[in-house]
Amino acid sequence: MTEQGVTSVTDQGPTIRIDEPRAGDAPSETTAVDGHVVFDVRDLSVYYGPFRAVRDANLHIRQHEITAFIGPSGCGKTTVLRCFNRMNDFIETARVEGTINYHGVDLYDPQVNSTEVRRRIGMVFQKPNPFPKSIYDNVAYGPRLAGMKKKAELDDVVEKSLRGAALWDEVKDRLKNSGLGLSGGQQQRLCIARAIAVDPEVILMDEPCSALDPIATARIEDLMQEIKSKFTIVIVTHNMQQAARVSDRTAFFTTEVNPESDRRTGVLVEYDLTKKIFSNPGDERTEQYVTGRFG
Amino acid sequence: MTAELRTVLPPQERVGEPEPRPFAGRQGRSDKVFTRVTFLSGVAVLAIMGAVGFFLTLESTDALGRVGFSFLTTSVWEPDRGEFGIKAVLTFTVLIALVAVAIAFPISMATALFIVEIAPRRVKSWLVSLVDLMAAVPSVVYGLWGAFLMQGQVIGLSRWINTWFGWIPLFSVDGADPGNPLSNATVYTASTFVAGVVVAMMVMPIQCVVMREVFSQVPPGEREGAFALGATRWGMIRVVTLPFGRGGIIGGTMLGLGRALGETIAVYMIISSRFDISFHVLESGSNSVSALIALRYAEASDFGLSALFSAGLSLFLITLVVNFTASWFVARSRSGADSEA
Repeated sequence: MTEQGVTSVTDQGPTIRIDEPRAGDAPSETTAVDGHVVFDVRDLSVYYGPFRAVRDANLHIRQHEITAFIGPSGCGKTTVLRCFNRMNDFIETARVEGTINYHGVDLYDPQVNSTEVRRRIGMVFQKPNPFPKSIYDNVAYGPRLAGMKKKAELDDVVEKSLRGAALWDEVKDRLKNSGLGLSGGQQQRLCIARAIAVDPEVILMDEPCSALDPIATARIEDLMQEIKSKFTIVIVTHNMQQAARVSDRTAFFTTEVNPESDRRTGVLVEYDLTKKIFSNPGDERTEQYVTGRFG
Repeated sequence: MTAELRTVLPPQERVGEPEPRPFAGRQGRSDKVFTRVTFLSGVAVLAIMGAVGFFLTLESTDALGRVGFSFLTTSVWEPDRGEFGIKAVLTFTVLIALVAVAIAFPISMATALFIVEIAPRRVKSWLVSLVDLMAAVPSVVYGLWGAFLMQGQVIGLSRWINTWFGWIPLFSVDGADPGNPLSNATVYTASTFVAGVVVAMMVMPIQCVVMREVFSQVPPGEREGAFALGATRWGMIRVVTLPFGRGGIIGGTMLGLGRALGETIAVYMIISSRFDISFHVLESGSNSVSALIALRYAEASDFGLSALFSAGLSLFLITLVVNFTASWFVARSRSGADSEA
């Protein structure tokens, strides 16, 4: 990763690829005002050992948009998300085929330092996972890793990040207290603060609200809208209403059962503007899913 | 096309009044047997420990009654002259154990971290069995290995430490002449240090198993959280694994210490016993409570035997305290409820 430089990626309209089009599948095209392409995913397949978890995903993630991945369990949406910051590296058997270009740089190029990738592309997990440290140290962890040492600078970043995660007012008087003492929703916002403290360009969210109550969920969703102007967000969610509420574009994944081995493989069925996915999907499977007749 | 979601509840059917189903009934026979058996074995463990303690106390009253408190302050071991105590043997025992733990601790910690955090899966299972195998080697084998093979190698190390760090009292050796390359090596043989090195090999697997166990319980969420912020492996280990495993590190080390304190045969085969306390660990000659017992019990008089029982009792009590402290640390470590995030 040598340059942060942006992109001479050809700016074509959002391609909606329904892979291996079958009879009756008409690839639809929409035109919209498009931001820069941040991730250009081509023919992405992910294997766990011999088992193919996701096959042939193609999509573009655009800057300053919220992209939602929806689909039934086991459809590979989390797997794809975890390719974006190379978290799958830690699963020994995982193997990636195809390319993910991040601003034109192949993330899986051997030259690329995966640690550096994760500094640039933050992640928020399903279960809030603050470190067993003070609130302050949780947020300061990333900047410290990146070499920031001065107390004044750190104070500044911590405050800014906590404000950015709409948590500052609730915790400003107890920054020295343990992060584990916060409520679930606060912990999750702490994790968001921790992620934005390193000033990433992208934030990946893996079902960030599934462990939260509706009020905490609403706060996180509001927060996503607020920070969208600064970051590009990709969110995996089981909650279709959430996808419809927060996202600009939606990718619908589903599973295909291999008749021979009875193993399931995830496929990207349809990727389009969220409005279109939920009102006029191009694929029958998408329609069945968003109307609740399946999955 | 508008999305409309309609839930149709299945029609409720009523087929007569439900029959009352009684809850009364007996606990299954097999369950009862199982409960009894496990309860009895639990009690048996306590009973055996109690019996050992009781027996040791009973047998040692004769000797302890004679010398009383001076048992703790006397260095020599001449029970038939009525003059004996564990001051020297206990000091050497603790010294050997400390040397062993000082050597084993970094090795076992590094091994545990490597197994849990770094080794690929295939290497991992190999290493785990190898370390377990180390624990299974009989201590007499370690003794032979230590006395006849290791000793020659360790002496070189002893000499080197003595030459460069001899100014530290712990590493000085009476009668050594670092300036003379041809000087006699016997001043370094059969020392506390050599015994400590060999005991370290026996202690290492225990410490390693405990640490590995605790490290592998680190919540994956915290681990991923650190990685996702761009932590390197070491960065993650420092902020997540080590704080989480602190209890296990301390506890495992102390369990190893308990084992080292009681180690008998390997120490017995290596050291040449002495009763004048010396903290120069590299110096020839050492001692240990259990080696003393092994050495003397065959030709001991009745009273001498009682004296040896007193020494055994003191070792029993010390290891008991060490092991209980260790398990207290392990149990208190944060591998519990608040951390499964």
